[in-house]
Amino acid sequence: MIESNDLSKQYNNNFWAVDGVTLNVQPGQILALLGQNGAGKTTTVRMLTALLSPTRGWARIGGYDVAKHPQDVRANVGVLTEQHGLYMRMTGEEYLDFFGKIYGLDEKTRKSRSDYLLEYFGLKEAAHRRSGEYSKGMKQKLALARALIHDPAVLLLDEPTSAMDPESAQLVRNEISRLRSSKRTIIICTHNLAEAEALSDQIAIIYRGKILLNGTLEELKRTVLGPVEYEAKFSNPFDAGDLELPPGTVLADRSATSLRFRIDSPRDANPKLVRALTSRNAPLISFQEVPKKLEHVYLKTMADAQGVTYAA
Amino acid sequence: MRRNWDSIWMVAQREFQDQFRDWRIIVPMFIMVALFPFVADNTTLQAINFMNRFGGNLILDRIIPFVILVIGFFPLSFTLIVALESFVGEKERGTIEPLLSSPLNDRHLYLGKLLVGVTTPLLFSYGSIGLYLLLLLRRPVQFPSMYMMVLILLLTFAHAVLMVSAAIVISVQATTIRAANLLASFVVVPVAFLLQGETLLIFWGDEGVLFYAVVGLTILSGLLIRLGLSHFQREYLLGREIDTLNFKSMWRTFLVRLVGNAKSVSEWYRKEIPGTLRQLSQPLWIVVVVALVTIFSSYAWVVVVTPKYVNITPERVQEAQKYIADNLNNLDLLSTKLPAPSLFLSNVRASIVFLLAGLISFGTLGVNLFIVNMALIGGVLGVASLIHFSPFLVFVSAILPHGVFELTAVTIATAAVLKMGAVLVTPQPDKSMGEIFLLSLADWFKVFIGLVVPLLAIAAVIEVYVTPLLIKMAFPHLF
Repeated sequence: MIESNDLSKQYNNNFWAVDGVTLNVQPGQILALLGQNGAGKTTTVRMLTALLSPTRGWARIGGYDVAKHPQDVRANVGVLTEQHGLYMRMTGEEYLDFFGKIYGLDEKTRKSRSDYLLEYFGLKEAAHRRSGEYSKGMKQKLALARALIHDPAVLLLDEPTSAMDPESAQLVRNEISRLRSSKRTIIICTHNLAEAEALSDQIAIIYRGKILLNGTLEELKRTVLGPVEYEAKFSNPFDAGDLELPPGTVLADRSATSLRFRIDSPRDANPKLVRALTSRNAPLISFQEVPKKLEHVYLKTMADAQGVTYAA
Repeated sequence: MRRNWDSIWMVAQREFQDQFRDWRIIVPMFIMVALFPFVADNTTLQAINFMNRFGGNLILDRIIPFVILVIGFFPLSFTLIVALESFVGEKERGTIEPLLSSPLNDRHLYLGKLLVGVTTPLLFSYGSIGLYLLLLLRRPVQFPSMYMMVLILLLTFAHAVLMVSAAIVISVQATTIRAANLLASFVVVPVAFLLQGETLLIFWGDEGVLFYAVVGLTILSGLLIRLGLSHFQREYLLGREIDTLNFKSMWRTFLVRLVGNAKSVSEWYRKEIPGTLRQLSQPLWIVVVVALVTIFSSYAWVVVVTPKYVNITPERVQEAQKYIADNLNNLDLLSTKLPAPSLFLSNVRASIVFLLAGLISFGTLGVNLFIVNMALIGGVLGVASLIHFSPFLVFVSAILPHGVFELTAVTIATAAVLKMGAVLVTPQPDKSMGEIFLLSLADWFKVFIGLVVPLLAIAAVIEVYVTPLLIKMAFPHLF
């Protein structure tokens, strides 16, 4: 479990890299931390790993306070850093064994964990090659294997699939999903919004050290983009005229062959709306929700934060 | 204990493995170890033959220890490469963060890396010395004594620790190998001078003096290790992104500490100076105790030991008294021969030398210079006693009047230098090494400008115009 309250970090030059971050990620949940480069994601992760001490506020990882029990925190966290940080003259097997030792695993456990992870990430054949000879994706996979070597309860992953080919990225996403199923608590820092959307239970958007938004994807969509929109498409031009709309429904946009409605409660309003359209003999060919992606939420939030207009 | 050692060894083991797989480090080391003893052996032979032609027996005895020292030193130059590669290299390549994210504590990481930094070059160094000694077996030359050999091996070890610990201190400050290499000249140049100094000791000194060099270097290395330990912190290692010198910010940090919250000079004297003096209370006590012990020891040593070597007959005492009386006749000319401003500037310069010596040695050399001065006072009083002058009267008339101000000033300045050294090697997680250095330097300047300079000015005036009168009053029979 990851908890933080008012977590803040000020550097020597009086710059607040992180300012009042409050998070609560339960076991079996994934939080995606989104933000521009330099927004404070890495500093937040470093504080949660007890690498940097908070200037203000607190954080607890698996019940351990990052300021009071930094070593216990680090022993219980698996970290994938921004740079893969591999030793180029070590083989994949040696590398995992080295970190296994550091995390206090006995030889048998080290061997079995290392074998499993190398096999899972498709690195078995390259296990005896020096990691300097690995491709970018292989390096990233080995770094992820390092973060998982001690089977930690909490995972902090910075760009876990960057530089990976689509198959490898899918493999990593599957592993992250599997870890969630086994009640791990996970934070992912990523610029890959599709990945965040696919994996996360919670999304937090950070800008200049402050969390602008934090919630489920649905909550974020509703907060930022407003109520859900549905679009009716017609085979021929259709004049809606004085179409009677159910309560909580607003006509948001119209064209000759389509109408777009903003609906507060689709469950109640949609059947009535479809009935109203068919009763007017509308040449209806489809009626479906207008897809809103995390990308829209993110870009709109960033645009609002920067005081510029968001053009969807 | 076992767990600590296991963790340190884990870090060291990986570093050893990494090092021995890096041909850029290993190949030049092997070449140096294999080649240099042969070159040195041949050169030594030529030198000895050359010296023998001119009967240079003194050199003959000493040249072999000197060559051994130099042979041992060459592979040690790799300590810098190994240490910089191990610390800054890891930072630059980003491999340090996974390591810092692990449960290893800062001390394990630091000591593991220190162990590797010292051990590999030292093994090559001793290997090189061993090979040279084997080659020397073929030559009809006199081997150094076992004691001398042990001293040279210890000195080589001290060099290794000194260079690695200094390189680590540099590494903590730098974020790129390039910057670290530039800063490394601050290690190479002083150590090269040090080697020259030790060479002089070998040629003209004796083994006893070399022993003190080993002790001095060991103390300095210990302080550097402590300094590195106190600043090798995760927070600091990750907090710095680029190597930039922000002179404006440095000047502001210095000035804010120097001026404090004072709005006027009088407020500065009322609030800031007493505050800084309070912070100096502990080093002040230490320096005062050191001064008293030194003066008494030096006095006692002169009084007890000198008669064993010099036969102090009544004739000699009379001769010495006459010599002093002749010189004291020039006292009236003191204000023209040594004007008060010159004396003042000379004392200010001495205080600054204390600071500079302290800066490069964590305060120790500054304190050493102070000890030398205090020993002189004790020595003068001891000599006075031997030639039947009252040491008390000499002290009260010739030293105390200006000494009240001068000794107080020098004591305060030395205490500030001592504190600067102590603060540098004390962990302060919220401050960088540069910041700590600037703050302690500002504290030194605060007491220097506010107290030391005015006290030295008063002392100079008293010494030139008042002390001669008091000496005349105390010792009228000499004039």
